Amino acid sequence: MQLELLAPELTLAGTAIAVILVDLFVARKWLLEGVSIAGLLIAADFTIAMWGGSYAPLFNNMLAVDSFALGFKLLFLGIAILVILASIDYAARFSPFRGEYYALVLLSTMGMMLLAGTAELVSIYIALEMTSLSMCALVCFLKDARSGEAALKYVLLSAIASAVLLFGMALVFGFTGETRLGGIALVIQSMSTQTLLASPALTLGMALLIAGFGFKIAAVPFHMWTPDVYEGAPTPVTAFLSVGSKAAGFAIILRVFHSAFGLPNWLSLEWGLVFAVLAAIGMTLGNVAAIPQANIKRMLGYSSIAQAGYLMVGLATTGLSPASDVLGRSGLIFFLASYALTNLGAFTAVIAISNRIDSDLIDDYSGMGKRAPLLSLGLTLCLVSLIGIPPAAGFMAKFYIFSGAVQNGLLWLVVIAVINSVISAYYYLRVVKMMWLGKPAVAEAKAGKPASEARVTTPATLRVALAVSCAGVLVLGIAPGYVLRLAEMAASMFIF
Amino acid sequence: MAPELIWLIFFLPLASFVVISFVFKPFLKDKPRISGYSTIAAISGSLVLSVLVLLSVIAAPEHELLMPDINWVIVDGVVIHLGLMVDSLTAVMLLVITVVSLMVQVYSQGYMHGDPGYHRYFAWMSLFTASMLGLVLADNLILTFVFWELVGLCSYLLIGFWFHRKSAADAAKKAFIVTRLGDFGFLVAILALYASTGTFDIAELHRLAITGALAGTTLAWAAIGIFAGAAGKSAQFPLHVWLPDAMEGPTPVSALIHAATMVAAGVFLVARMFPLFENSPEALTTVAVVGGVTAIFAASMGLVMNDIKRVIAYSTISQLGYMMLGLGTGGVAIGIFHLFNHAFFKALLFLGAGSVNHATGTFDMRQMGGLRRAMPWTYATFVIGALSLAGIWPLSGFWSKDEILASSLAAQPALFYLALATVLMTAFYIFRAAFMTFGGEYRGGNGQPHATHPHESSPVMVAPMVVLSVLAVVSGMANVTGGFARLLGHGEGHGFIEGFFGILAHPLPWLSLALAGLGIFLAYAIYGAKWLSAERIGRMFSPLYTMLYQKYWLDELYENVIVRKILLKGIFAGLERLDNKGVDGVVNGVASGTIAAGRGIRRAQTGQLQLYGLVIGIGILAIVLSLYLAR
Repeated sequence: MQLELLAPELTLAGTAIAVILVDLFVARKWLLEGVSIAGLLIAADFTIAMWGGSYAPLFNNMLAVDSFALGFKLLFLGIAILVILASIDYAARFSPFRGEYYALVLLSTMGMMLLAGTAELVSIYIALEMTSLSMCALVCFLKDARSGEAALKYVLLSAIASAVLLFGMALVFGFTGETRLGGIALVIQSMSTQTLLASPALTLGMALLIAGFGFKIAAVPFHMWTPDVYEGAPTPVTAFLSVGSKAAGFAIILRVFHSAFGLPNWLSLEWGLVFAVLAAIGMTLGNVAAIPQANIKRMLGYSSIAQAGYLMVGLATTGLSPASDVLGRSGLIFFLASYALTNLGAFTAVIAISNRIDSDLIDDYSGMGKRAPLLSLGLTLCLVSLIGIPPAAGFMAKFYIFSGAVQNGLLWLVVIAVINSVISAYYYLRVVKMMWLGKPAVAEAKAGKPASEARVTTPATLRVALAVSCAGVLVLGIAPGYVLRLAEMAASMFIF
Repeated sequence: MAPELIWLIFFLPLASFVVISFVFKPFLKDKPRISGYSTIAAISGSLVLSVLVLLSVIAAPEHELLMPDINWVIVDGVVIHLGLMVDSLTAVMLLVITVVSLMVQVYSQGYMHGDPGYHRYFAWMSLFTASMLGLVLADNLILTFVFWELVGLCSYLLIGFWFHRKSAADAAKKAFIVTRLGDFGFLVAILALYASTGTFDIAELHRLAITGALAGTTLAWAAIGIFAGAAGKSAQFPLHVWLPDAMEGPTPVSALIHAATMVAAGVFLVARMFPLFENSPEALTTVAVVGGVTAIFAASMGLVMNDIKRVIAYSTISQLGYMMLGLGTGGVAIGIFHLFNHAFFKALLFLGAGSVNHATGTFDMRQMGGLRRAMPWTYATFVIGALSLAGIWPLSGFWSKDEILASSLAAQPALFYLALATVLMTAFYIFRAAFMTFGGEYRGGNGQPHATHPHESSPVMVAPMVVLSVLAVVSGMANVTGGFARLLGHGEGHGFIEGFFGILAHPLPWLSLALAGLGIFLAYAIYGAKWLSAERIGRMFSPLYTMLYQKYWLDELYENVIVRKILLKGIFAGLERLDNKGVDGVVNGVASGTIAAGRGIRRAQTGQLQLYGLVIGIGILAIVLSLYLAR
């Protein structure tokens, strides 16, 4: 047993306990953030140290430690660090439960990291639940009506999704007699096409798995919780949910479908086409429904549904391309990295602004360019990246994922995706326009406070988080080569 | 010429943008002039280098400089080069951009004097110039597209420069969204070309199109997609609606971006990809027809506008149509020659309009008049620009317009008649503007105290207009000997004197000169000497006049019917309701923040959640069914 291969996850578990203890016995609350970030950095260090090596799977082939898993673990750790930086100012509202908040973020991150490595149905389920349950608790942290309602919706729908997922897993297990992905693949490949076609269990199982995982990534029609939960949850949690949870979902979909159902080719073509159709529906509905939104968190919620649509183009490409072709997978991973930076940047700016003006309404962002020029600049860059305009990361990400799709005969999907990008420019630019071209101080005037053009002050940690995200967005947009090679490496090293 | 020096053409203005934004603007707030100086210095540097490029391209074999490639991104078979393409087309464009940009920046010193956004203005102007130079230097479609979007972004920022005016902010948004409709076609074309050839390299695509490896419907659709992008940027019918509104930006911006350079980028793009068009008759016909229709359509609207900038804006659309017509019927040399001449005289006309605005405080020509005495320099240079635009021998506009008329006559008589009618309209509307602005008696400007006694603009504004007016006279001489056409590909040469006077031996130039003369005479009769009453003519043709003045109601059609009624009220709102409101209209989700927790939970348990679960179920069913049906 090589327990040291679990060092990153164990570090996070230890850190979570340490944070709770610190919260109990130490009065200086800034230590909480310090300890959490230190723990995350140590875990990242462990992960980087393992990068590039090749390791045997743990626990009788249940947990893989391949570059795919390691790459995703790094992504999750980075996301968690940025989320914690962005939370520091906001977390004052959670007092006296700040320790629990950070511990839950760490535990949820740990769940995601495990999820990236799991290669066996039951452990997938456990890792998924670990992520989701921590997330549910985080969603209701504001303890007001909206937060509570959001958490309840998330819990109930998450439970439905889990049930659906378990049912799917049971069917796949019943059909193949295996829970390990590698084993499932071997059994399926040993069967004749007639047997496979004749059995409803495999088809139904696959459909239920798509639905269960689709909930995590907010794929239409399993997306309906997204806007409500995004709006009600504390904003840092929304940010975490929109990138961490989504990236974890894509990681596990990629592993399950590529490893277990990757061969024979007609089977992978089938789920590839399902994802292609879901992608088309998802991006169209997300973008169109985002247009009339007045609340920026809700708008970003629909935007994330649309972005999940673009991401599913990568899944479709993976399904349609030969198993050796990494373009779909590496494009998807690169898109996830770019989307994570972009969305975290956007949410960081939203946290900073709404903390001061006490509103999430897009109208109240009017004139923000004057009141908080740097924040507005950062938010503008992130929104430009979400549209996919160069030189922001979003352009490169879309470009890679779309060119992979075109190479594998999905031109129709890319045409839909590009039309969608044009539509999406409308609602993203509305915020930009409001910030730079609107008159300041609507919110204060409405609330009866003296209309001021006062500058919005921002705590240093939020500024660091925003600066890191924006720098990342620009680097990925202008010099994507290095990250792309990492993504390619992660995509090509599957153990199963 | 060393590649490093050519890169510098692009990097100098970029450096100016960076320095202004990150050094001058934050730290030298009270010394705004320095931003103007740094912009002028950077663009002068680029201009000198561009002239050197042009000279070495003329000297080079095949008129093309070979440049080394730099690999930008290589991943899994997708290789994107970061390279330069320096041929005669690039060299000509570089010269046009740097000359006009330099003149406009000098002029802006006076025009923007005292504006609180002085730093910001020059920062964006530098960025725009850099992006535009990058666009013409790029050797592959991805890089082209990156710069293509960047110039669009700068244009958006500069149209909305005076963002406190709602009209400016709206115009900026309109320009951005309308041009993106065209860009969508461009992007699809890039991807389709990549899917069928596996390359983004422009020279490689040229080769494939010429050898016939790239042909048939793929080529036709790709070329038409590229043309869609070009039509958006170059304001071709029916995507022209954004350009007149874009006049909300500062006038020097209109001169540089919305007359001489960015709007000409569409024409440049078609010229850049010309081998693709040349080998696809359908695409080439599309270019010619859209160009011809745009030329007359925009000119007709220019006849009735009262805002001097709008007259010139419609004129720009119309002239861009001419360029497309020239490309579609005659080839690169003819279209680009008109672009070259147009850049100078149209920038001149815009700067003249800005100068007049400075003196009178208005753009409405009905409040001007009589300015020829108060503003002799502006008057003289404006008339030179107008004569050039009208195509009077031997000014520059004459030479390129004549070539377009000749090539359209050879290709398609119907297009020739459209172009010929446009000649009459062009001469009429521009001299209508000239007589209304400079002729007769002064009508008081915008009524502000400083406008009661208009006076000539400062030398810093007059000097660029004088330089441009010299160019508006002589730039056409570049092709009198056939030199310009030979540089850009083909054409026969002859002596200067022979070319200069010999053209008058043909009947066609006399026909167009006669029409232009008639246009000027009509304008004089109505607005100069007032033998005919403009009001009475307007009443006589009242329905026609209203239709033109309302711009054929296209704005209303786009905005009210398509955007508001069909998209916003219909499709978007419907989908949102379907997704969000579900079955129960009473349950409006989490919108109100004041409900107590218990009530919130109760609400959450009714209606909506069940609906969400139901949708999940339906979704699963749909996936299973589609998996079965697909077999």
